[in-house]
Amino acid sequence: MITIYHYLILSAILFTLGMVGVVIRKNILIVLMSIEVLMNAINLVFIAVARYWQLMDGHVVVFFVIAVAAAEAAIGLAIVVSVFRNRQTIKTTDLRLMRG
Amino acid sequence: MALYLFKPWLINLIPAFPLLGFLINSSFSLVGARRGKSFSEGLPALVGCILPMVSFAIALLTFFVLKSTPVNVIPAPNLFSWIATDLFTVNFSFAVDHLSSVMILIITGVGSLIHLYSVGYMKGDSGFARYFSYLNLFLFFMLLLVLGENLLVLFVGWEGVGLCSYLLIGFWFSDPAKAAAGKKAFIVNRIGDFGFLIGIFLILYAFFSQSQSTDTNFLSFSFMAAHQQIFAPLATIITLALFFGATGKSAQIPLYIWLPDAMAGPTPVSALIHAATMVTAGVYMVARLHFLFALSPFTQHVIAAVGLATAFMAALIGLTQYDIKKVLAYSTVSQLGFMFLAIGAGSPPTAVFHLMTHAFFKACLFLGAGSVIHAAHDQDIRNMGGFFRKMPITAITFLISTLAIAGVPPLAGFFSKDEILLWTYCDAPSKIYYWLAVLTAGLTAFYMFRLFTYTFLGKTRHPHPEHLHESPVVMTIPLMVLALLAIFGGFVGVPEILGGENQIGHWLSSYSFLIDEPFEISLAEMWRVMAISTLFPLCMGILSVILYSRNLNWAKNLKSRLGIFYRLVSDKFRVDEIYDFLFVRPLVFISRNLLWKGIDEKLVDGLMVHGGPSMATFSARMLSLLQSGVLGSYLVYLWLGLVVFLVMAVR
Amino acid sequence: MVLLMIFQTNPIASAVYLVFGFFGLAGIYVLLSAPFVAVLQVLVYVGAIMVLFIFVLMLLNLKKEDLIYDKVTWKKIGVVLLGLFFLGFLSYYFISIPDLLPFTPVAENFGEPKAVGQYLFTNYLIPFELTSILLLVGIIGAVVLGKKD
Repeated sequence: MITIYHYLILSAILFTLGMVGVVIRKNILIVLMSIEVLMNAINLVFIAVARYWQLMDGHVVVFFVIAVAAAEAAIGLAIVVSVFRNRQTIKTTDLRLMRG
Repeated sequence: MALYLFKPWLINLIPAFPLLGFLINSSFSLVGARRGKSFSEGLPALVGCILPMVSFAIALLTFFVLKSTPVNVIPAPNLFSWIATDLFTVNFSFAVDHLSSVMILIITGVGSLIHLYSVGYMKGDSGFARYFSYLNLFLFFMLLLVLGENLLVLFVGWEGVGLCSYLLIGFWFSDPAKAAAGKKAFIVNRIGDFGFLIGIFLILYAFFSQSQSTDTNFLSFSFMAAHQQIFAPLATIITLALFFGATGKSAQIPLYIWLPDAMAGPTPVSALIHAATMVTAGVYMVARLHFLFALSPFTQHVIAAVGLATAFMAALIGLTQYDIKKVLAYSTVSQLGFMFLAIGAGSPPTAVFHLMTHAFFKACLFLGAGSVIHAAHDQDIRNMGGFFRKMPITAITFLISTLAIAGVPPLAGFFSKDEILLWTYCDAPSKIYYWLAVLTAGLTAFYMFRLFTYTFLGKTRHPHPEHLHESPVVMTIPLMVLALLAIFGGFVGVPEILGGENQIGHWLSSYSFLIDEPFEISLAEMWRVMAISTLFPLCMGILSVILYSRNLNWAKNLKSRLGIFYRLVSDKFRVDEIYDFLFVRPLVFISRNLLWKGIDEKLVDGLMVHGGPSMATFSARMLSLLQSGVLGSYLVYLWLGLVVFLVMAVR
Repeated sequence: MVLLMIFQTNPIASAVYLVFGFFGLAGIYVLLSAPFVAVLQVLVYVGAIMVLFIFVLMLLNLKKEDLIYDKVTWKKIGVVLLGLFFLGFLSYYFISIPDLLPFTPVAENFGEPKAVGQYLFTNYLIPFELTSILLLVGIIGAVVLGKKD
């Protein structure tokens, strides 16, 4: 019997994995990919809950989230590209101008 | 004669004139300081002398009016309502009754003479106008003190004369020793005032807790007298506290130490403040509050004991001093001790009588000493001698006053001192008081004649005797007037057994502690007392003259024989040093190290002023270490916070 | 899949694993009666975004020595532990929600594109329009940022 709990916990696992990925990895691109993982975990929650309560609103929200995630990924990648052009590095630890 | 001219509001003018003099003269002094050179001396002198004389005239008028009316008190119109609350009211007003009429006559009369004398003494001094302004201010405050209708106005005057004493003692303040003397006077005075204030607070407390009437003018003397029974349980503490204040002002043990140092001021100041007026404020206060002191026999004993001890100790010290003014200073302390002895024995009127005669002869003595100093430019009597021929007027007036203070009849001092001794014989706790008082009177005669002999008789020891001269008329006239008063002033108090009427005794009789007839004493005893109190000082005086006019080798031998004991006495029993050790040094130490370095620097500056910023800086530096610039770590912090939040939510 | 992804050294490998992860998620969505979303995910996420990722990766032209070798530091272990901790709490929290029933059957056209479209153009019209503007901004931003010089 697959209850909603299963889905919720799966989402939690995905979310944690995403967080860990963001924190641990030094390659910016991998960090961005982990952020996508985070967003997908949230999508999963929305879909599961929408199925449970039989409301379509969850689907609509997910639609928007995907759209926003797409835009954000695009911009993020553009930033990475320009940073790489300036500094020749993609290590997060080298990008510490905000040090204080 | 002109009695119908009198109006009660004239009383308000009595202190007003000296106040006016103060204002005018101080503006002269300030303007002079601005310009860089002082005014000519004529105008400040004129203003400064005339105004007290006007006050004296009014005081005289008031006295005669009072004498001719059956009323006991003439109140003056209220000047203003000072404190006006529901619980408590005080009006700033004056009133003249028998006691204060005597006082204002002395203050304005002797005061005017001293002002006149100062014109000559302070001639050429750069602070001439300032001097007269202070002197007038002092008269103003002293008049406030004695004319005040309630205890608070008295206290204002009390504090004010303390202030003026500081200003006048430290008049030549460019000399640090003189300035320090002024400070000492004021501070010691203040310590006494603390006791006085406690007394006032206790009086108020008594009224607040027990008074039934709706009238709230608690500190008015008439009110207090009418309700005196309220004080009965607290009387001892109140009177002890008030007496402590009096010891400060009137230089008794333990607070007499400022008076000898106060000789650093100009000599007329010593005459006015420390002979005639300020130091007598304590006596006046006790007389004024006689009904309070009558409720506490214990305090009366304390007063008598303190007075006697002071008189004796001061006489001993005075015996060994070589500075003219210091001898006279200790003599003042001693005579004040006599006054308090009289009070303690139950008769404030006698004390006031002695106050009056003492004002006459002591002022004359001080002014005479000033005359000597003016001529010889020196205060050490070992450098004097044989001044009689060079300055006869000074010498004669000095002699008259010395006889008076010794208690030789029929001069003034005899009557007052004899009456004190009589009261002591009858009413003191034991006969020891009497014999010790007699001994002290003898010592008084002895050291005063010693002073006279050293200064005026014999061969001159002064290095430049040809410079000696008599003082100008301005200075000698007051001397002569005072000497005359010293001769005739006692006649208002001649006791009945000698055929007199004792006018002053009757005038002031309502201020005595005892209600009924004073004491039972047989006629023979009275004559005996009188004989002793006449002859003993006389003999001591003659002895002193004889001893001191000869070769002084016997004195040197005695000094070396007594050795340590002599040194102890001549060092004033080391009281100043004891006080310094016990009180001054710890106080200075505490205030310097604890309060200054410890608290002020470390606590207030360190913790509070710097502490806030340095804590902020420190924490900022610590926290800034967290900002590594690496986004990832920021995320960790975020995450950490989220976890903490979650944990708390679940709990 | 995702687990594998985050621990890869080579970023390309990570990207590929992520793609597989997305496909897996799409499958789950279908199980949850959300076919429209599933297809959407594959189309947009995999088709567009991951392709973009691969492009950029290629663009960076990383050599062998540019690869970052992460060391296993205490900080990393701490973070992982933190993550486990976090996971534990979340799970506990979810499980403690009482009495959630199993899934009930749904209607026929639940999750169909038609239904989603209905919602989009009625209740959620404004966010729809705003999202289009957002996408426009995103495009412009990406172009500006990516320009050479």
